[in-house]
Amino acid sequence: MNIDLSRRGFLRLAGAGVAATSLGAMGFGGAEAAEQAHVRAFKLATTTETRNTCPYCSVACGIIMYSKGDVKAGETAELIHIEGDADHPTNRGTLCPKGAALKDFVHAPTRLTTPRYRAAGASEFQEITWEEALDKIARALKDDRDANFIQANEAGVPVNRWTTTGFLAASATTNETAWLTYKTVRSMGIVGFDNQARV
Amino acid sequence: MTNSWTDIKNTDLVVVMGGNAAEAHPCGFKWVTEAKAKRGAKLIVVDPRYTRTASVSDFYAPIRPGSDIAFLMGVIRWCMENDKVQWEYVLNYTNAAFLVKDEFGWSDGLFTGYDEEKRDYDKASWDYKIGEDGYVLTDPTLQDPRCVWNLLRDHVDVYTPEMVERVCGTPQDKFLTICQMIGECSTPTKTMTSMYALGWTQHSKGAQNIRGMAMLQLILGNIGVRGGGMNALRGHSNIQGLTDIGLMSNLIPGYLNIPTEKEADWQTYLSTRSFKPLRPNQMSYWQNYPKFMVSFMKAMWGDTATAENDWAYHYLPKLDVPAYDAMRMFELMTHGKVNLYFCQGFNPLLSFPNRGKMTEAFSKLKMLVIMDPLTTETSHFWQNHGIYNDVDTAAIQTEVLELPTTCFAEDEGALVNSGRWLQWHWAGATPPGQAKHDTWIMAQIWTRVRKLYQDEGGVFPDPILNLTWDYADPGNPMPDELAKEMNGKALATVYDPADPTKVLAEAGQQLAGFAQYRDDGSTMGGCWIYAGSWTEKGNMMARRDNSDPDETGAYLNWAFAWPANRRILYNRASCDVQGKPWDPSRKLIEWTGEKWEGYDVPDIAPTAKPTEVGPFIMNPEGVSRLFSRGMMRDGPFPTHMEPFEAPIANVFNPRMRGNPVARVFESDAETFAAVGDPDFPFVATSYRLTEHFHYWTKHNPVNAALQPEFFVEISEELAAERGIERGGRVRVWSKRGQVWAKAVVTKRIRPMTCDGKIVHVVGIPLHWGFMGAARNGFGPNSLSPAVGDANVETPEFKAFMVNIEPAAEEPVA
Repeated sequence: MNIDLSRRGFLRLAGAGVAATSLGAMGFGGAEAAEQAHVRAFKLATTTETRNTCPYCSVACGIIMYSKGDVKAGETAELIHIEGDADHPTNRGTLCPKGAALKDFVHAPTRLTTPRYRAAGASEFQEITWEEALDKIARALKDDRDANFIQANEAGVPVNRWTTTGFLAASATTNETAWLTYKTVRSMGIVGFDNQARV
Repeated sequence: MTNSWTDIKNTDLVVVMGGNAAEAHPCGFKWVTEAKAKRGAKLIVVDPRYTRTASVSDFYAPIRPGSDIAFLMGVIRWCMENDKVQWEYVLNYTNAAFLVKDEFGWSDGLFTGYDEEKRDYDKASWDYKIGEDGYVLTDPTLQDPRCVWNLLRDHVDVYTPEMVERVCGTPQDKFLTICQMIGECSTPTKTMTSMYALGWTQHSKGAQNIRGMAMLQLILGNIGVRGGGMNALRGHSNIQGLTDIGLMSNLIPGYLNIPTEKEADWQTYLSTRSFKPLRPNQMSYWQNYPKFMVSFMKAMWGDTATAENDWAYHYLPKLDVPAYDAMRMFELMTHGKVNLYFCQGFNPLLSFPNRGKMTEAFSKLKMLVIMDPLTTETSHFWQNHGIYNDVDTAAIQTEVLELPTTCFAEDEGALVNSGRWLQWHWAGATPPGQAKHDTWIMAQIWTRVRKLYQDEGGVFPDPILNLTWDYADPGNPMPDELAKEMNGKALATVYDPADPTKVLAEAGQQLAGFAQYRDDGSTMGGCWIYAGSWTEKGNMMARRDNSDPDETGAYLNWAFAWPANRRILYNRASCDVQGKPWDPSRKLIEWTGEKWEGYDVPDIAPTAKPTEVGPFIMNPEGVSRLFSRGMMRDGPFPTHMEPFEAPIANVFNPRMRGNPVARVFESDAETFAAVGDPDFPFVATSYRLTEHFHYWTKHNPVNAALQPEFFVEISEELAAERGIERGGRVRVWSKRGQVWAKAVVTKRIRPMTCDGKIVHVVGIPLHWGFMGAARNGFGPNSLSPAVGDANVETPEFKAFMVNIEPAAEEPVA
C-alpha cells in the first residue's frame, strides 16, 4: 500500500530525528543545535519525485525519478537520480543493468537537441529551425500525395492509397503518441505503415 | 502474454524456448526465481546456446536454430502416445472432436492444395465438415478418423525421438527427459508456462513455432489458468501498445482490419466478418465487430461518418497486397518507388535484414525524416564511417531531416507491458535543447498539411479536412485528450439493450467499457480494447493500489489491463465444465450457480451457463483450435520447415526451400546461399545481452563501458577448426555482407549433429553500430537474409548461414 508520507519527507524526518535523539540522549544540550545546523540535508530531500516506467523492455518496471525543479509547476527540471519503485508489483524496486543506468541514458552525450538538415550530397548536417523543418516536411508530403495518390484502381474501385510515402512508427512512444500518429498517417491514406513489432 | 509477469510465480514448470528471459527480461525473470523458491517449480531451457537463463535452469537441452517445430511436434507426439493429456480440457475446450473435410491431408512436407507457381496454398480443404444445421460435425468419442485429434495424431507420428534428434540435433535422452517433465503438467493440478520471445518469432515460420507450443499447452490444459499460458515476453516497452493501436499497414486499432480492394463497399467488408457461431450457444464475440468498427470511424471522422455514407468507409485506404509492411517498402525503395519515408524512434538501418539493401533503399529516397531522442545510424546512413558505413556520401542525393524528440523522462502517457497492463507515467524532466514531444511534432506536421489543402486544394482532401481534431490546442494535443479519445465516449444517450429505460451513458460521457459501444453512430472510440481505461471515474491506467487479495498475483487495482481489466485471458478455462476450478488452490474464478466471480474479471458473460457456453469466446467454435482451419498461410498444423538458409535439406522434401509460402522478392532470392553451400557452412543466430538494450544503450557511457565491443561467440571446436584465437579478430561473412569482430570462444556453444552432419553455430549479438559511446561495430543485419515469416513478415534473424576466418588486427589509430 502507498503511504501518505512521501519517501522524501520520510528521509528528512528520519535524518533529523536520528541526529536530535542521539545527541540529546548523550547530554550535549548546547551542542545539539550547532550540530543540527551543519548536518547536510539528504540530497534527495530537495528534489521532486515523479513516477515513471522503464522505457526499455516490456517488463515495464516501475521507477522513481528525482529532479531538481518540478515540471508540473512549470519549472525547469533537471533529472539527477532514478531508482526502482518499491511499490511496483512487477519489479518491487529492483532494476537490471540497463534500468539502473537510466539516468545516463537521459543525459547521453548523443541526445539530439536541435533539428538538423542534410542536403542532397552533403557530407554534414546543418542546423535548421523547427519552422523550416516542419514547413519542408508538410510541403513534401502535400506534393508527393497530390502527385502519387491512387484514388481508384484499374477496375474503377475507389482505393485511396498512397504508396510513395511510408511511415515507420516507434516502439517506446506512448499510446497517445501512437494514436495521434495513427490518425495522421491514416487520414492521408499512407499504407506503408509499420512499427517495431514487425521485427 | 495471456497471463502476466506477476502470475509466473504460480507455475510448476517454466519452459524457456525461443527466449532468454534471465538476460533480456531480468526483472520479470525474478518471478521464475520466485516460483522455483516458493513452489519448487522447475525450469527447462531449450536453446542453441547455454544462455544465462540456462545457467539457472534445472534442465538444459541444445537445439539447432530453426528446428523448433520438429521438437514441439515431438513433444506433442510423446504426450499423446503416453496419455499425458488433460482429457476433460481437450474434449470440451478444444476442437479435438471436430470433423475435418476428407480432402485435407499432408505429404512430402506439404499440406493439400499447394501451388508451387504461386507459392501459396488453396486452403479450401483445410476446414470442418458442416452439418445441415449449419454447425460443425463432431465426434465426442474421438473414434472418427477425420476428427482433429486423430488427424493430429497422424500428423505428429513422424516426429519420433529419433527424428527429433536427427532434425534438431537434440540428444534423444535429453529430449525424453524434457517430455517427461512436461508430461507431468497434464494433471489438472500441475501447470506449465511458456516464455518465449524473438527466438521464436524471427523465423520464416515464427508464427507456427508459437502455435506449436500453444497446441501443447492446450493438450496439457494450461491455457487460462494461473501459472500457465503462452507468454510472449515482447521487446520494447510499448511494442504491445503500438500493435494494439494498429500501427501496421493492414490494421485498425483493436485488431480490426484495413479493407482490401476486393472489399469495395461496407456491406462486402462486413460480410466476411459476421462470425456466426459454429456450435450452438456460443458467444463468438467478434460478432460485435460492427460496433467496434463504427465507433472507430466516428472517432476518426465524427459527424462526417454517417449511416447514409457507410460511416465514411470510402475514406479508408484499400489494400492491393496483404500489407505494405516495412520489408515490402524497402523493396519498393530499391526500385525507386518510394519518395518520402519517416522513422519515428526507429533505427531500421540496423534493425532490418540485409543492411546493404537498406543503404541502397534509403539512397533512392528523396527525403528521409527521423524523429528520435538519439542520433541514429539511420539518420547518418549517407555518412562515410570507414568499414562501419562504407558509402559514397556525395553520390547519395537523399535529403535528411533529423528532429529531436523527448524521451520517457520528459513525457506523459501510457505504455502497455507484455502482460497487457496500460501503465500511465508522468514527466519529471525538461526536454534538452529544442527537443519536442512526438505528439507536438505529429500535430505540427498534420495541421500544416491540412492548411496546405485548405489553401490550395488538392487530391481527395476530404479524409484530411474532415478528420476529428477537436483538441484544445490543435497544434499540441495533450495526452489526456488522446487517451480519452481511444477509450471512447457517448455521442448520444446510450441505453441498456436489456432494459431500454435504463441509461448507460449520457451524451458526452466517457464509456465504461466496450460493451457500451454501438454500431448506430451513438458512440465513438478509437481503440475498443482500451475501453474502460479512462472512464467517468477517471484515468484507470494511473491507478496505484498494489494490494493483491490472497496473493494471487492479479493486482486488479494496479493500472488497467486490456481487455476489461482482465489479467488472465481465457480464464473461464481455469474451471472444469461445471465451473469448478481445476485446482482449488489456484482458483481464479468460479461459477456460483448464478454467475461467475473470483479474483479476476471473468473472460465470459457473467451469467453465461458453464455447461452451455464454451470458454474461448472470441472463436466462433467456443473452443480453442488444435486445427486452425485456413487461418494461417502455412498450414492448419505446424510442420517442420527449414530456414531459407540451412545446413541440411528438409528431411521430408529435399526440394522444399524454407517456408514454401513465405514471400520472397526476386532480388532477395538471389542472395540466399544454397542448402549445404560449402562457402557458407556455419549456422548463425542473433542474440541480445543483458547490459544492452538494442541500439539504444550504446549511447549511454555506463552501458557502453559494461559491454564496449562487438564480438561473435563460437565453440572451442569451431575455433580449433578455423585456427581462431580466443579474443582474436575474425571476419564473418554471408552471401550478403561481412563484419569484423572479436572472437569469444566458449563452451556455451557446442557443435551438434543433424542428419549425420556436424553443425557449428556462430552467435552474433546485436548491440553495436557507428554512433554513440561504445566502440564502432556491426549488427547481425549486415549478414542476415531479407525474408520474413509467411504470416507476419518478421525477418529471419535467428537462422542463416555464414563463414568465419581469422582476420588481421585492426590498426591502432
